[in-house]
Amino acid sequence: MTAREPRSPAVEARDLTKTYPRGVKALDGLTFEVAEGETFGLLGPNGAGKSTTIKILTTLAKADSGVARVVGQDVTRDPQEVRRRIGVCSPGFRAEPVGRGVGKLVAAGRLRRLDVVELRRRVSELLDRFGLADAASRKVRTYSGGMQRRLDIAMALVHRPRVLFLDEPTTGLDPEARTAMWQEIARLSRDVGMTVLLTTHYLEEADRLADRIAIVDRGRIVAEGTADQLKTELEGDGIDIELADATQAELARGVVASLPGIREVAVEQRRVTARAQDGAGAVPAALAALERAGIGVAAVSVTRPSLDDVYLRHTGRRFAEAALAASGGDA
Amino acid sequence: MTTVFRDTWWLTRRRLAIFLNQPGYLVVTLIQPAVWLFLFGNLFRRVVELPGFGVDNYLDYLVPGVLVMNALASSIWAGMGMLEEIERGTMNRLLTLPISRTAIMSAGLGEHAVASIVQSGIILGMGALGGATYPGGIVGMVILVASAILLGTAVASLSNALGMVAGERETIIGVNSFLLLPTTFLSSVFMAKDLMPGWIATVARFNPLDWAAQMGRSALSASPDWGLIATRGALLVVIAALALMVSVRTFRTYQRQV
Repeated sequence: MTAREPRSPAVEARDLTKTYPRGVKALDGLTFEVAEGETFGLLGPNGAGKSTTIKILTTLAKADSGVARVVGQDVTRDPQEVRRRIGVCSPGFRAEPVGRGVGKLVAAGRLRRLDVVELRRRVSELLDRFGLADAASRKVRTYSGGMQRRLDIAMALVHRPRVLFLDEPTTGLDPEARTAMWQEIARLSRDVGMTVLLTTHYLEEADRLADRIAIVDRGRIVAEGTADQLKTELEGDGIDIELADATQAELARGVVASLPGIREVAVEQRRVTARAQDGAGAVPAALAALERAGIGVAAVSVTRPSLDDVYLRHTGRRFAEAALAASGGDA
Repeated sequence: MTTVFRDTWWLTRRRLAIFLNQPGYLVVTLIQPAVWLFLFGNLFRRVVELPGFGVDNYLDYLVPGVLVMNALASSIWAGMGMLEEIERGTMNRLLTLPISRTAIMSAGLGEHAVASIVQSGIILGMGALGGATYPGGIVGMVILVASAILLGTAVASLSNALGMVAGERETIIGVNSFLLLPTTFLSSVFMAKDLMPGWIATVARFNPLDWAAQMGRSALSASPDWGLIATRGALLVVIAALALMVSVRTFRTYQRQV
């Protein structure tokens, strides 16, 4: 239907800044690109700037400076064209809890100016796909949280958008509904090949769903890449040695630190932690050295780095700490 | 332009669906006009006995005034609906759809227009039951209802803009409480112009509620003054258009704070 410009990214944000009237700096030079067909995850705690980014890219808010393009269109120059090509699903953009499932989908299609025949087909297709066919004529108010969320996504997809914005898609859902939603989203990008821009403050969600992840901290992107790339960038696995005797901890630290290829050695009571390029290879040497020094070891483990480690590396804080700070401070 | 009308149509249906979904609010909306008519009809019944009032049956005089006053009193709260849409997040959702911004604002007005028509029917019906006569006939009634809708459009637009800019209920409540009664009493809704203190008659000349009341009363009378109807109607059209423009422009202010 449309002539696609090759290689032009589906979503492009360059040097976005935004300060709210009360002086809260939401975005501070945020830059990223999302390729066509990709699922891209913006990961960060509340208040990091994710929602503001979504609002700017979906034409709702205006950036103070910087460029935002969606499907090649500047969001400030031709907002209506952008709106035609996107679907938005966000806790800040809810549909009113009035009416029945099928009616809401039809109304969403009407506002998208779909013709009646096409719309009828599309609505039943979406109801099937999101497991809402049986509940189609029930009042939305009686839907479970998961069903309402699925209906929201279905409404955002009624016009077959090129880019889907999924802002915090599983926030407030119980674990079961969350897992179901994850499968749904994964299927969406796999089967339809749609470009999805996902924001989340769940590490696991970003890890499972996103082809590429950008970590947002204080209005900037501090790291970007596939989950594996980000983890590999940490250069190495974590080694965790639990000593038999806590009094030997400092001694053990010296022994471990003197081994080649081992970095970032730290001690915490009976535990000695360190990083090594190849964790499994480094453990035997470490154990042998400790034994030679007469230090008893109770347990040892090697861990692949987690996204939380990635977050710590780039922001200097644990993800949970940042989330706590965000909920304690301003929203 | 057709897209504006089509968007307005679907958005108005959406607003009405929300409205009909609140039975309590619906009942109050339907009963309120009857209460106005009953209260004021009884309270002021004997003012027609004042020399120079110029009407025999007070209800004949009162029905058009109460009808436009009711339009004012209900549409002045439109901003509350706007605030609710903002707080619920539904406004944000609408703003990310490729629909005309004007349509988003005028849909709220469409809802009020429909409510106004229904309420007008109730007031005219109750008035007739109480003994009011409408020599102006159907044409007069249509003009009267049109004047109420125009007034409601202007007021609801400004109220919507206020809701969007202020962002809090208290502001709307404060402004409305301050304006509602003075606006009503500084007009010819209850009292003939000739019997008012001079300064009130002067102020009333600039009161849109008074324009609508005069226009409707004249249209419903035995001998409509078409010149007066035309000028008052034109004035109402102008302020309604201006108010709608103001309200559409407030989207820009709103976008800065989203």
